[in-house]
Amino acid sequence: MPPVFGVLFDGIAYGMLLFLMSVGLSVTLGMMNFVNLAHCSFAMLGGYVAVTLMNALGWPFLATLPVAFVAAGAASVVLERLFFRRFYNAGELNQCLLTIGIVFVSIAGAAYIYGTDQQPVHLPNYLQGSVVFAGLDLAVYRLFLIGTALAITVLLTITVEATRFGAQVRAAVNNQRMARGLGIDVDRLFAITFALGSGLAGLGGALAIAMLGLDPSFALTYLIYVLIVVSVGGLGSIAGSFVAAMLLGVSDMAGKYYIPAFGSVLIYLVMMAVIMWRPAGLFGRR
Amino acid sequence: MTSATIGAPDGPQEFLRAQIRWRWSEIAFWLATLLPFVLAPDYLVLASQIAFTALFALSLDLILGFSGIISLGHAAYFGVGAYTAGLLSAWGWGEPLTGLAVAGLAAGLFGYLTSFIIARFRHLALIMITLGIALLLQEAANSASAITGGFDGLQGIHTWPIFNRFDFDLYGRTAYGYTLAILFLLFLVARRIIHSPFGLALRGIRENGQRMPAIGAPTRAHIRTIYTIAAVMAGIAGALLAQTTETVSLEALGFQRSADVLVMLILGGTGRLYGGIVGAMVYMVARDQFSGLNPQFWYFWIGLLLIAVVMFMPDGIIGGLSLLRRGATTPEAKDLP
Repeated sequence: MPPVFGVLFDGIAYGMLLFLMSVGLSVTLGMMNFVNLAHCSFAMLGGYVAVTLMNALGWPFLATLPVAFVAAGAASVVLERLFFRRFYNAGELNQCLLTIGIVFVSIAGAAYIYGTDQQPVHLPNYLQGSVVFAGLDLAVYRLFLIGTALAITVLLTITVEATRFGAQVRAAVNNQRMARGLGIDVDRLFAITFALGSGLAGLGGALAIAMLGLDPSFALTYLIYVLIVVSVGGLGSIAGSFVAAMLLGVSDMAGKYYIPAFGSVLIYLVMMAVIMWRPAGLFGRR
Repeated sequence: MTSATIGAPDGPQEFLRAQIRWRWSEIAFWLATLLPFVLAPDYLVLASQIAFTALFALSLDLILGFSGIISLGHAAYFGVGAYTAGLLSAWGWGEPLTGLAVAGLAAGLFGYLTSFIIARFRHLALIMITLGIALLLQEAANSASAITGGFDGLQGIHTWPIFNRFDFDLYGRTAYGYTLAILFLLFLVARRIIHSPFGLALRGIRENGQRMPAIGAPTRAHIRTIYTIAAVMAGIAGALLAQTTETVSLEALGFQRSADVLVMLILGGTGRLYGGIVGAMVYMVARDQFSGLNPQFWYFWIGLLLIAVVMFMPDGIIGGLSLLRRGATTPEAKDLP
């Protein structure tokens, strides 16, 4: 099989992870302009929840995924109530400082409980190995990853495009003040969206362990990639995040495969090129 | 943040002159920076690191605090300066002052070239562009490991004595005196810039980037100028790192350093000249003490410190202090350093 398909396949699988981990941040940033640098801490939390359930309590891998989603979402609600809501009208610099503080605490907390080593993960047998399809050797886990992420994307799109809640979210992202004027409770909406987005990040984190590994620096390492996806896709756009995540996932894999000496240069170059071409991102309006 | 002072009693000249006057608190502050020589001679190495980090934070304050350019990649210029000074020394020219000048020049050149891109963007796009430039530069330095030493760092840096007299000793006496002197000199430069009409124009750009061109201010040219100046200062700070520690590694221009300096500046208070310096002091001393307490989990305490400061002192430490003083002094105290 020509390597280009393999690279494409791996890139798409990686892009799906990036999408899950970044879509929540994109929507909350677009709605409230709240700079949440701690978004990847929720992804990391999801990862550690899954690892703990699997290794300490012997849960099956699939059963840990919804728990990772709920745990990250619940943690985000607590933090939102305690800290974040006081900073919606504060400057973005204070939001940065607050959330970077939370990142530091989460990294230290993870290192305290789990140590700084990579966490081992044991996938069930039916997710290991690979299948041959049309001459392509496809890893089962990555197929599973792509399938799950696609299902979630469809679910998200339906929620946002076809429900009352989704219409309110779109209104709030488009024009927050106008939405308030029409009687939409944007604060409540934001809290729900924030919890959902963080939950998705947690799910992404749990799914990511088998592909990206998990250690306490996860919250900071993948923050860069998530920020890149959000800015390239455009704030508040689910479709934008999806396209950007695919683009960046594939270019990162391609870069690492074809020009390994330069590591992740390609993903940065793509990011710079897109932002110079469209400063608001591919699907951004502002 | 700081609002432009409207209705200064005696017109703009008097307003500027009042700002430029030295206050007792400032003089006391700079005298206090000499205290480590007497009170904490064991900590002079740390003190010299604080001094060049403070210079780095001050350079970021010029663009972020006074011109509203948020950069998540300021370490790029720090790194260019550090590698320039380091390479110069490794290739056989270890004279510190010329090393500083060349490093500042190199970083300034890089800053000038990139400023043409910087001046065209705002908001998130700007943050991502600065981040991208720094990440690309780090990848470049990594792949040019034949020159830079890659992950292992640059080998063979030796800094000659300053003026052929003051040798860099193990205890950091010379290092601290040297970095402190450079910090003070460049602080004077920054102070002069901020209180000039050009500095006022920068604050206008920060407050309203759309309105400034309407009153005839060449916004982009101003941004390019201050960005280049900040890059020179960051480069000199990096050169001080290379000369006093005699090592340069990739972390000199890594994301971590960019993020750290941003945190320090916000911690101290942006747009206040002393904010970066105080932020660097608090952050570095806290990190030193916390990592002495427990080498693995100092992140936890630093994180708590950041959360506490942002909860209780939304304008940073300097802002919090001037809030305390506010009752005793003029209403404009907020705008003063």
